[in-house]
Amino acid sequence: MMKEHQQYLSEMVKELKPSGIRKFFDLAASIKGVISLGVGEPDFITPWSIREAAILSLEEGYTSYTANPGLLELRQEITAYLQKRFGVQYNPVDQVIVTAGASQAIDLSFRAILNPGDEVLIIEPAFVSYAPLVTLAGGKPIPVSTHHSNGFKLTPEQIENAITSKTKAILLCSPNNPTGTYLNKEELTKIAAVVEKHDLLVVSDEIYAELTYDDEYTSFSSIEGMYDRTILINGFSKGFAMTGWRLGFLAAPKPFTEQMVKILQYTTMCAPHMLQHGAIEALRNTYHEVESMRRSYRRRRNYIVQSLNLVGLDCHTPGGAFYVFPSIKKTGMTSEQFAEELLLAEKVAVVPGSAFGESGEGYIRCSYATSMEQLQEAMQRIKRFMESLESKESRVQKLSAKN
Amino acid sequence: MRLSSEELEVLSILEENHRIPVEDIALMVNSSVEDVTAIIKKLEDEKIIVSYPALIDWSKVVGKENIVAMIDVKVTPKRGVGFDDVAERIYRFPEVTSLYLMSGAYDLSITIEGKTMSEIARFVSEKLSTIDNVISTTTHFMLKKYKHDGVIFGENNDRDRRMVVSP
Repeated sequence: MMKEHQQYLSEMVKELKPSGIRKFFDLAASIKGVISLGVGEPDFITPWSIREAAILSLEEGYTSYTANPGLLELRQEITAYLQKRFGVQYNPVDQVIVTAGASQAIDLSFRAILNPGDEVLIIEPAFVSYAPLVTLAGGKPIPVSTHHSNGFKLTPEQIENAITSKTKAILLCSPNNPTGTYLNKEELTKIAAVVEKHDLLVVSDEIYAELTYDDEYTSFSSIEGMYDRTILINGFSKGFAMTGWRLGFLAAPKPFTEQMVKILQYTTMCAPHMLQHGAIEALRNTYHEVESMRRSYRRRRNYIVQSLNLVGLDCHTPGGAFYVFPSIKKTGMTSEQFAEELLLAEKVAVVPGSAFGESGEGYIRCSYATSMEQLQEAMQRIKRFMESLESKESRVQKLSAKN
Repeated sequence: MRLSSEELEVLSILEENHRIPVEDIALMVNSSVEDVTAIIKKLEDEKIIVSYPALIDWSKVVGKENIVAMIDVKVTPKRGVGFDDVAERIYRFPEVTSLYLMSGAYDLSITIEGKTMSEIARFVSEKLSTIDNVISTTTHFMLKKYKHDGVIFGENNDRDRRMVVSP
């Protein structure tokens, strides 16, 4: 006699919270004519020459496994890129692993470094998958809140306050999803001092490294003394507009990568062969396209930040990624209420900030990875929505004055 | 002429879509409406922005389909003025929509538009070939326009395939 299915499931998995975005996705997908500022990926299609290289690879019959950490040729391109772009040196033979998206690279990192009960600091508001990945690897995610008052930048004090004897690592994400906040060299150096002092590791998610608009990017691994403490995560999804390819990579000291390769061996073997050929082309010949996409995002960032501030939504200017994170506190609504009412009233989809952790409450994430025409229309609609809220409020005030 | 990065940015925005309101351009480049207006005026005055035409697919409009031909022309250059003289004599004809001096097997490349094939044939035989210094012409009729000035004509399959909301 079989018991209820629930009783067969892992307690750990059952306790994982479903992504806060899921619920909102279902609602938004059910409405027609929605302008979405809720998309966490580029609006560009992968540059043609990259697609063409993958097609050619298939035509030529590259359908076998590759080495576990990926094609050596690709790893060589990756190390050359890391050296040229961020000034960090890795050995392509044993310090780089090509993964199925940066997400797998993060998963590998946590699995390789965490013992049961080890704590990992997650800087919130944060991308939805960090904390669950820590949990799945047997660790304990500890949220560290950042604040609007300094543009959601992580400070050394905030880290100090969260550190215990069990703290093993910090997950850093700069530029950040959902706030777009970018940490410059000076700010990273201050964080590095705390990392050194408490003997921590840093899993540095640099997937948005190509998308910074005001400063040249600084990789955490390039900060003095941090190379040996850093697992550098990057990939092709955002900068090269290759999200659906699921191709990421990590670079780390050899003792780490050696262990991670074992996990990769036993789980997914390697990233898809033909897609790795696309990635080689991406690194060799398409950097001008990355630059042109960056210029395009930068314009749209300037446009949306100022437009949101003009309609009365307080919004800091983020240094990177393609998100802005305006405050909706003045409306008195929760971020979920705001997102839902905006969707129903004006058919604009944004993501409630609460989906990215407690400190995201009171904010919404707007992605500007959508065409200028769509952004212009979305801003019209948000303006109308804000005006309708204000007139509702003044009606209520008049009414209560009468009574 | 050397331009500032802001001027280049304005140019690049206009090149993509010149109907975008100047207020929005100002927001996009983090500048004031007055400054952007001044930049645009300067670029127009300097003839860096030459004009603002719309790209129209006339083949979709009944009765407005044009016949387009590209003509390779060999000419003898003139002492002192090179190809400029003969080029000017050719580009003054309104039916000539573009004219380039080329390296290689021929000298001038002309694009010409007409209502009918015979109209183009008449231009070549009566106007073009009779110009002094024109040695020979080779006319190619355009059969179909796939892409023009970076824009793909016809069905656009690059629609947004992304999910409405994603992390």
